[in-house]
Order: sequence, then C-alpha cells, then structure tokens
Amino acid sequence: MTSPDRPKSFQEIILRLQNYWAAQGCAVLQPYDMEVGAGTFHPATTLRSLGTKPWAAAYVQPSRRPTDGRYGENPNRLQHYYQYQVIIKPSPANLQDLYLGSLKAIGLDPMIHDVRFVEDDWESPTLGAWGLGWEVWCDGMEVSQFTYFQQVGGHDCRPVSGELTYGLERLAMYVLGIEHVMDMPFNDPASPIPLTYGDVFLQTEREYSRWNFDQADTDMLFQHFKDAEAECDRILSADDTDAAGRNIPMAHPAYDQAIKASHLFNLLDARGVISVTERQAYIGRVRALAKRCADLFVTTPAATGEQIR
Amino acid sequence: MPDLLIELFSEEIPARMQSRAREDLRKLVTDGLVAAGLTYRSAGAFSTPRRLTLTVEGLSAESPTTREERKGPRTDAPEAALQGFLRGAGLTRDDLVARDDKKGQVWFATIVKPGRPAAEIVAEVLDSTIRNFPWPKSMRWGAGSLRWVRPLHSIICILTDEAGARIVPLDIEGIRTGDTTRGHRFMAPDAFAVTGFDDYAARLRRARVMLDSAEREAAIRQEAANLAFARGWEIVPDDGLLSEIAGLVEWPVPLMGVIEDRFLALPPEVLQTSMKEHQKFLSARNPKTGRIEGFVTVANIDTPDHGDTILKGNQRVLAARLSDAAFFWENDLREAKSGMQDWEQGLKSVTFQSKLGSQADRITRIAALAREIAPLVGADPDMAEEAARIAKLDLRSAMVGEFPELQGTMGRYYALEAGKDAAVADAARDHYSPLGPSDAVPTAPVSVAVALADKLDTLTGFWAIDEKPTGSKDPFALRRAALGVVRLVLGNAIRISLSELMHTIGEVHLDFFFLRQREHFADSERQLVDAGFEKPDYAQKIKAFEKASFPEGTAFINALVAMEIDLLSFFHDRLKVFLKDQGIRHDVIDAVLNMPGNDDLTLLVNRATALSDFLKTDDGTNLLQGLKRAANILAQAEEKDGVEYSFGADPKYAETDQERALFAALGQAQPAISAAMQAEDFPAAMSAIAALRAPIDAFFDAVQINTDSQILRRNRLNLLSQIRAAGAAIADFNKIEG
Repeated sequence: MTSPDRPKSFQEIILRLQNYWAAQGCAVLQPYDMEVGAGTFHPATTLRSLGTKPWAAAYVQPSRRPTDGRYGENPNRLQHYYQYQVIIKPSPANLQDLYLGSLKAIGLDPMIHDVRFVEDDWESPTLGAWGLGWEVWCDGMEVSQFTYFQQVGGHDCRPVSGELTYGLERLAMYVLGIEHVMDMPFNDPASPIPLTYGDVFLQTEREYSRWNFDQADTDMLFQHFKDAEAECDRILSADDTDAAGRNIPMAHPAYDQAIKASHLFNLLDARGVISVTERQAYIGRVRALAKRCADLFVTTPAATGEQIR
Repeated sequence: MPDLLIELFSEEIPARMQSRAREDLRKLVTDGLVAAGLTYRSAGAFSTPRRLTLTVEGLSAESPTTREERKGPRTDAPEAALQGFLRGAGLTRDDLVARDDKKGQVWFATIVKPGRPAAEIVAEVLDSTIRNFPWPKSMRWGAGSLRWVRPLHSIICILTDEAGARIVPLDIEGIRTGDTTRGHRFMAPDAFAVTGFDDYAARLRRARVMLDSAEREAAIRQEAANLAFARGWEIVPDDGLLSEIAGLVEWPVPLMGVIEDRFLALPPEVLQTSMKEHQKFLSARNPKTGRIEGFVTVANIDTPDHGDTILKGNQRVLAARLSDAAFFWENDLREAKSGMQDWEQGLKSVTFQSKLGSQADRITRIAALAREIAPLVGADPDMAEEAARIAKLDLRSAMVGEFPELQGTMGRYYALEAGKDAAVADAARDHYSPLGPSDAVPTAPVSVAVALADKLDTLTGFWAIDEKPTGSKDPFALRRAALGVVRLVLGNAIRISLSELMHTIGEVHLDFFFLRQREHFADSERQLVDAGFEKPDYAQKIKAFEKASFPEGTAFINALVAMEIDLLSFFHDRLKVFLKDQGIRHDVIDAVLNMPGNDDLTLLVNRATALSDFLKTDDGTNLLQGLKRAANILAQAEEKDGVEYSFGADPKYAETDQERALFAALGQAQPAISAAMQAEDFPAAMSAIAALRAPIDAFFDAVQINTDSQILRRNRLNLLSQIRAAGAAIADFNKIEG
C-alpha cells in the first residue's frame, strides 16, 4: 500500500469506482430499493443479463444476509454490507483489463501487488443461475468475483454477460489497512466531522442482529412469504393486455415479489425455523418464481431490444 | 521435416484442469495428424495459467499419395453392372483397365489419392481439436458461440522448416491464427512474434513466463526449501498443493512468512489446513519444536520492493483467517471442557438421512452396536460405547463447520480436553478409517469396534431403505464403507459373524423406525402395535403388525431380512475385489464362498488362502483334475440313472488293488479332513486331501467305472461320491477353473 494515490476513506473508494466505471461507459445506476442478499439480485443484473439487448451498468448495492450478523463484533462479518456490481453484455474481450484498471483506480497497483485469477464457479440456486469465472486474489485475499454468466432463470445467456462483484468493506479495509471494519474511516478522517464505519453502522448491526436472530415474528414472515409467492403468481398469470388494450406484461413487479420471497426466506433461515430438508424446498420455490419472471422478461422489449410502442 | 508450434492463449485456466488438458491437446492433435497420414518424431505439451502449448517435431511435410486398386465387374458383365461400379467409385470408363483374373477378364481401376500439404491437415485437426476439446466444464463468452474453458484470445499455429516459419491459416469464430503471443500479464504484457518452439520458449522466459509446469514446480520446491532452510525449518511435503500452485503462476516467486506467536497454540492440522485450503500456502515446520511456524506463499510477480507488500498482505490475510480459527478453537475447547452436551443436543436436530433419522439417532445405534462388537475385538464394552457416543460430536464444533476435512482430527483433541481416555479419544480420530486404499486400518480395539459399528450402521441402514449403489452411482460411498469393513476384519484377523451383527443392528433400525412411526398411530392401534413390538422375533412381530393393519412395519421387516442376505453378498463382492489385488483368484474365492461360516470373513479368507496355496502345488493341480473327473462321471451317471449316488460303497465289492487302496485312503482321509476342518486348520485339511491324489490317479488309471456288472458299477459310483464328499468338505472344486 505504498501507492501515493491511496484513497483515504470507504466512500472515496466507492466514488473512485463510480467514476472509473462511468468513464468506461457504464450507466451508473442507484441501488435497488428492496432488501436483497447480493448485487446480483438487482434487476439490472438478473433480468438485464437475459435477452439480446446490449447493456452496461454499475452500481452499489446494499446487501443483507441476516445469518451473517455478529452484533458488529466480528472484524469482517456484517449482516448488512455493500457490494459494488458491474454488469456488461456482451462481455467485452478486454473485461479482465478493464477490471484491473479499476483496481489501479482505487490504489491497488498490480505491479507491486500479486493479483491472481483463481478458479471459482458461481451458482445461485435461488435464481436458477450459474456462470464460470474466478475469485480475484490480491496478495492472497479475495477482492472480487468475476463471472461470465452462462444461465439465468434457467435461460441460456446469449450473448454472455460479464459480471464483476466487489465486496466493498473487505476490499476497502485492505486498501486502507484497517483491521476491524468498524474502525474504517467512512469519510475523510480530516473532515470536520470524521465518521468511521462504526459510527454509521455499529448500532444498526447490533439492532438487526438481535431482530434477525431473536425477534423477527416468524409466523408473520411465513405468511409474508406465502403472500409474496401468491402475488408473484397472480402478476405472472395476469393478462398481458390491460383494460385500455395496451400490451404490458409485468415482469418487473413480479420479480419484486420473487426478491421479497427470497429475503423472507433468508430471515426465516436466520431465525433457525427452517429445517435442513425444508431448506431445499424453499429455495426451489423461490427459484420457480425467479424462473417464471425470467420466462416473461425475455419476451419483453428490455430483453429483445424492440421499441416500446 | 517441419516442426509445428501451437499455442492457445486464454484467460486463466483452472489449475486443476491443466495437466489433463496438456495430455488431451497432445493426444487429439497428434492422433488427428497421424490419422490423416502424417508422421512425426516427437511431441510435447505445456501449460501455464494462460496458455496451452504443443510442439510437434519432425512432422512430415505432406501426407503420402495413396493408390488403391479396385476390382470391378467382368468385362462381359451387363452394362448396368459396369455403370453401377463406375458410379459407386466415382470413375469414368477411361479410368479402367482390363486384366485377366481367375474367372476371366475383369475391369480394374486404380484410385489415386494425392498427398496433402501438412498445413492443410494441421488446420483441420486444430479446428476440430478446439471445437471438441474435452474440458470438464466449458463456457461461452461475449456474443460468440465458441466454447472454451475461459475466453480464448489468440492462437499461434506455425510450421517451421529451413525456409522459415509459416503461419497455418485458420479462423475459428473470428480468432485468426498467427505467430504472436504475450508474456507475463503484468511484467511483459506486449505482444511478440515467434519463429518456432525454441524461440518461443526463450522469448517467453525473457517475458517472465516459465512455460514448463514441471520446471515451475521444481523451482518452487527448491526455493521454498532454501527459504525454510535459512531459518532452520523444513517444508511439509504436499505434492498435490505444489502442482496446484504451479498451475496458478507463470513466474513463481516464493516468499517466506512467519506465523504469529499467538497462533502457534493451534493444532498443526488446523494451521496446515487453513493455510492450504484458503491461501494455498505451503507449511514450514520447525523440526526442533515439531510445530508449524512458518509458511511459503508463491507470488506470480517480481516487484520493486522484493515482494514486501505482497508478503505483508498475505500475512494480514492469514492473521484474519487464523484469528477465526483461534476463535473457533477456543470456543470449541470451552464446550469440550464442559462435556460437549450442547453438541450432543445439537446433533438431534441434524438430519443424517430423512428415513434414517438424526445424527443423534445414528450415534445411539452405533453405540449399541459398538458395545456388541467390543468383546469380539478385545475392547472394553463400556469404553467402546462411550467412544461411539463422542466420536462424532465434533461435527457440531465450529472448527469442523469451517473445515469439514478435520472431522475426527478435532474430535480427538476435544475428547482429550473433555478428559476422556486416550483410547476413546483416538477412536474419535480413527473411526472413519480406512477411507482410501492408502489409509491405514485402525488396530486399537476401541477404534476398531467403533469403526466397524459406524460402517455397519451406515450399510445396513441404506440397504434397509433401498438406497444401494447402482452402477457408477454411489452417493453415500457405500462401496468404500463395505471395503472398510472387509479391511478392518481381515487386517485385525477378527472372528465375527457378519450375519449376526447385521441382524442385531437390523433390530435397532427397526426400533428407530417404529419410534418414528409410532406417533402417527391412534391410541387403540398403538396398543396393538406396541404389543407386536414386544415380540422377540421378526415372524411374531409381522403377525402382530398384520393384526394392527400396519403393512409399513411388515414391509420394513421384510426389507431388513432381505438386507441380511443381499448385504452379505455385497461384502463378498468387495472381498473378491480386495483379494484379487492380493493375488487370490476370483474362482478360488467362489469355490469357498458358499461353505459354512461364509459370513466370517477371516475364516473365509483363511480357507481361500489355504486353497489357493494348495492349488499352486503339483498335488493340488492333479487332485483338482481327479476331483473334477469324479464329479463329472457321477453327474453323468446320476443324470442318466435319475438317482443320486451318495451312500453304501462297500470295500467287499472292490475288485482291484487300486480300488481297495482308494477305500483305505478315503477311510483315513475323511476323518482327518473333518477333524482339520473342525479345527479350522485348513492347511492340514489340504494335506489330508492331498493324500488322496495318488490313490485317485491310480484308481482312474486301472479301473473302469461303467462295467457290465451293475453291482460293481453302483459300488464304484458310490465310491466316487465319497471322493466328491471329501472335496466338498473343503471347497466347491467345480467352481475352480482349469
């Protein structure tokens, strides 16, 4: 970390990534406004990786993994954290170089670090998706996931999207030389009001850990799961044509319900009320929803590239 | 004679796939070239994370012209026949010459296939090799449809001879062959052209790429040893890891790091596993302390700060990993010290298999069985039961949750921490063994008892619910478990009746099955079933279940009964495979397989070994012939006469000395054989029957069995049946080949 160009804070790393990928021509989107387990769930990745219409987007996605909560005590583990996500379709031939450029942009010079692409195939049973790629190592630490999507929602990806996912906290801790996530400067430490990651998130980590593990009302969550599943089904089964005769299939509203079901399942899992055998069944139910959303999405203009009339 | 150079330059190829890919590339290309008529002197394949390379030396410049003569119809054959021949061979009448043949004048044609230049053939072969490459997993990328292990970027394909290098032109989905490649991703990223393999390898080296994985491996091994030596340490050998690392770097730069003192109290297995699995570090051991105190990480780059930043980074990552491990270790030790009740409790909610209940149920069964087995293997029953109860508790420990491969290893540490006897703790570690062919068989009695109980519980359970291995599918590793039982029994010369054990554990399975079902009964039915359940044997239980209309119970019992027979033959199959590797022929095993006590594998093998040794002697081979001859003559006579000759041979009807001698020899041999068999002294039984060889041979030489005198004939056949019986007391000699 001898680079003179070293970022000073968590947010500076995010800003540099935003600028870098904007300069590469990505649409810099905002986080999806729903609870998700990973940046991949954002429809900008899941749905837009389907169909033939070219696409390039980058965004931060707040991600929630209730079972990873540690009351803010574990130096690396959080139930709420940030992922930086880049998705480009079709994957450009120089995607590895573009990615390495982004490391440079945040102060990781590959001439003094050891950057390696180590086999790691990606699979999301809940999304019915898989791809091949690597985890990227920097000096022995995993700093990103790099995946060429082969299938999403049970559909072959043609063309193939390239997906990059950066675990922002871990990456930033490495770049900034921080041992405990809560000690990481969120803004510039020289600011009039310097804030650490702990100042922003320690209390929420504690509160959500308690709620996730002990308090969440499981009967209600089970009911919400059923509701989301039913609503998803209802939306997908609705007539594509509305009362005014317009053809408007509703892939995205249906997909929102699939995301909801997925998050509710994660909450129930954290509460320990889903047995090992039931687990597979629940994952299968979410996958069935995601798959049907994908089936519908591929027929819509955002996938085919046709004009909306 | 040109040389061929092919390089397939791609994004990073998974390390584990590289060695197979080298071999596939060499084979597919050279086989293709040879099939097209080319020859070559030698070929070699190489790989780095980013390239697969093939060099073929001394390739023929073109395939030879081939001539094939085809015989057509006779010259006086109808016109239609001639036209048919011409059409089929793609010829015209001008191509034909008439020659005399045996049957008259016949049309002949010579079909000439001109040779083709090597470049044309190479292009075809390479195209098909790339499109059909057998990667374990391949992918598409961008907008293309070509499949490769990761995106393929460029291809070198050149033929080099005295005149220089020529590119073999080929375009595969937009990737055109050329003569350029690139060096190390960071240290020498620019493209450069090459003129042949030697030039290529030399330029790559200048561009910081060591092409040969064997050389990279050797360089890492050497440098790591040097680094360790400088500190008075030694590298823990791990060839698999070394070759994986060699597949992750083009330019290996080993760097040595020190494990912080605060982590040195962790068990060495934990340090080594964590460093290997997560970080691909080699472990360095201090021979003075016997501990693992350092590591070697292998970077892929020379840096201006001589790897300082890289080493610091790796050290930090390792510290974070080991902090986790230390946290797990300390928490686990606390639980171990307090008696591991939480883990025991926790295993109740972990499903082993949905039809076989929880891990806790499984442990209860294993404990019951281990108790039964203990006296048979010289173990204390209380100790064996206790060992079985704690052997799997580490499955709930945080450390095993993180590193499943440490199951058992951690169990032993935790058992010791909980104050258990060393023999009990060792059983936690050893009861999974033997796992693979190179894994040692446990010999400590308590470990043996638990290891056997564990495997038998698994096997009987999966048999009872009809989840047997089929073909190549064996998801629960039942073949390995059965082989484990075989090796445990034979390795410790254990005398044990597998049928009895299978029956015992079958009853325990039934108890658990019943407990799971019981809650579904109405009260009135439950009384009936409960009553049935108290009956001592299966037949009575079945009757009671039928009265209670509980067909599932009957079905389960039937499955258990079938299991006892079917599983025994599964053990026999494993035994045959195992003994075949030990040099005992399968027909020899077949010959003893149905002898009494065949569920006692040690007995069975002693029998087979004695028989196998006997058959290698001169007496053995000759006696075998005599026995078979006797059996054949008897079988024919019995079929013809429709009776069985088995009784009443009388020496007073003996006509010849040879006949009398055989009576006498049998009179001596029979009690000697049965005494030896009784005493399970199989070599003695073999010598006793060997004494029959000479009298039998002499008898067959001198005596005609089928004489006109029915009395004499019957007496002789009955005498033969005594020979048959003497043989049958030892083995089924008819099964033996030759």
